[in-house]
Amino acid sequence: MSLDSARPPGNSARPPGNSARPPEKAARPAGGWEADEQGWFGGAEGWGGRFMPEALVRALDELTAAWHEAMADPAFTDEFATICREYAGLPSPLYEAGRLSEQVGCRILLKREDLNHTGAHKIRNVLGQALLTRRMGKTRVIAETGAGQHGVASATAAAYFGLDCTVYMGSVDVKRQALNVARMQLLGTRVIPVDSGSATLKDAINEALRDWVASVDHTAYLFGTAAGPHPFPSMVRDFTRAIGDEARAQCLDRYGVLPRGVAACVGGGSNAIGLFTAFLDDDVEIHGFEPGGDGFETGRHAATITAGDAGVLHGARTYVLQDEDGQTIESHSISAGLDYPGVGPQHAWLAASGRASYTPVTDAEAMEAMALLSRTEGIIPAIESAHAIAGALQVAKGYGPDDIMLINLSGRGDKDMETARDWFRLGEAEGGEAEPVT
Amino acid sequence: MSVSTAFEKARADDRAALVGYLPAGFPDVEGGIEAIRTLVDAGCDVIEVGLPYSDPVMDGPTIQAAAQRALEGGVRISDVLRTVEAVAATGTPTVVMTYWNPVERYGVARFAADLASAGGAGLITPDLTPDSAGGWIAAADQHDLDKIFLVAPSSTDERIAMTTAACRGFVYAAAVMGVTGARAASSDLAGPLVERTRATTDLPIGVGIGVSNGEQAAEVAAYADGVIVGSAFVRCLLDHDDRAGGLAALRRLTEDLAAGVRRG
Repeated sequence: MSLDSARPPGNSARPPGNSARPPEKAARPAGGWEADEQGWFGGAEGWGGRFMPEALVRALDELTAAWHEAMADPAFTDEFATICREYAGLPSPLYEAGRLSEQVGCRILLKREDLNHTGAHKIRNVLGQALLTRRMGKTRVIAETGAGQHGVASATAAAYFGLDCTVYMGSVDVKRQALNVARMQLLGTRVIPVDSGSATLKDAINEALRDWVASVDHTAYLFGTAAGPHPFPSMVRDFTRAIGDEARAQCLDRYGVLPRGVAACVGGGSNAIGLFTAFLDDDVEIHGFEPGGDGFETGRHAATITAGDAGVLHGARTYVLQDEDGQTIESHSISAGLDYPGVGPQHAWLAASGRASYTPVTDAEAMEAMALLSRTEGIIPAIESAHAIAGALQVAKGYGPDDIMLINLSGRGDKDMETARDWFRLGEAEGGEAEPVT
Repeated sequence: MSVSTAFEKARADDRAALVGYLPAGFPDVEGGIEAIRTLVDAGCDVIEVGLPYSDPVMDGPTIQAAAQRALEGGVRISDVLRTVEAVAATGTPTVVMTYWNPVERYGVARFAADLASAGGAGLITPDLTPDSAGGWIAAADQHDLDKIFLVAPSSTDERIAMTTAACRGFVYAAAVMGVTGARAASSDLAGPLVERTRATTDLPIGVGIGVSNGEQAAEVAAYADGVIVGSAFVRCLLDHDDRAGGLAALRRLTEDLAAGVRRG
């Protein structure tokens, strides 16, 4: 049985929408790419802001002040850098995928965030937020998680800093990410399944916010992506922006040039904004790849920027999958980590301004890329990251042999092996006996 | 008609007002209208019509369950406005309580115009604070609608002053740090919050604190201008499979609460 023959039918038709190539030259807006003091990207009442219950405003104000003070304090930034280096194994390597490059016809570089402690880029964000939590004198953290990578990272950081930790996870995701649930529990974290709504990431966020309203005096919310109310989109970006800073410097050191394009998957968008930020003012194409699920035209997808409209979800104005009455439409992706009907507001701004392109990649395309990278490079990517691989390789077909496409390999695929096994029917008996697929 | 008229009337009677909440479309649109009319008949002075929303971060399980059923039943914003129209026709000041995205999606100016046309008095916005509400404040002012924002125990004095300055109708004191829901114990946070809020405004102050019986209502009425009840009303309907039984329970509870605000 070959991998190709085992692949279920998918639809790779490209929808209309925001999939145009970004401009050749970065057009830096007058206000820059940063949010203003109220958290608006692209000007007042643009993207972002803060749409939250009054009960949480004081905590968000305190968090904003603490984050600003911490980032200006060398003692904090030095400690963050030390923990990242000595505990999390950073900076992650930049790896030239030689066999894959031969197939594509240009140089493919992978930013190996899958090699970080806990197996994904998420550890950067939570170590930053947990360090800030300790600085603020809070003793408990809560988090939401989809694929479980943010939950595992939060549980790890909580153990490292000696904080009590509770993680909310949609009950659908609890089932499809059972291994990560076990990891969190082993790390001493309480995992609470959420059954409301679609029982996935968005509902886990709702439940975590409810917890936070009731516990805000002693609890910090370790938000898992660059979405939510101000200051989370900017703060999470700042804790993850070293992905791009490192990759940019590594690329220049080794090749003497910047990549022609950079690529990342986009659910909420933390790994993507972490990569993109370093390149916003460069003459570099920026490509985000959204979860196209069963195919854009089926309606079963999570391509929020491509298919969504401006709206407010989880405290920020951004693109949202919603119906005519503003009710959130349930999203779908084979990747629990991308299964989110919103997106970070800075991505909304980058899309609306034309600085970055965002294109859907179907479940089938992502799984094909997962298999391709596994076979050509011996690297099993997370299904999230496989979306970036699939989309970037499509773009890179138009590149020349000296061009570089830099892809963020945001996480490793261990957690997704059950999904991969089911998708590819790995290990199934053929002719009455089980045999390896390869 | 502003809700302030109802508070003034209650104040003239030397009592607090009873503010009742039910979501539109629960158990269905007509049933919801009938239930809210029962609240009016049995003694509520102000009605909050909830706009069911898919991601209600401030609602507890009781209200969320009712809203979910309304959404599954296909309730639309037009149904919410129809509910407002039916309730406002009784002469009882009626406001809509809604998360912000449905209003933004519908169109802020259009929502304000249609709410005013339906006879609605204004909006309560649990996830919209005045500092993010420029568009809504302008639209509300244009259509003579109440803007009811929330204060919380965690609010600083500066934020309370900023919030009450932006309010019209009454100020909603969400006096428990937590989601909505009936509670057995009274909160020691409510009194101080009302006191801090009263220092900044002459507007009536309604307290939402999880009240579920007349005794609790009397306690709150002793220091607040309005007692807001939601989850306990919803529970009456959730706990009765038969409509008549639910409405009877609703009437009994409303009468008990109405007596409570008169004892406070």
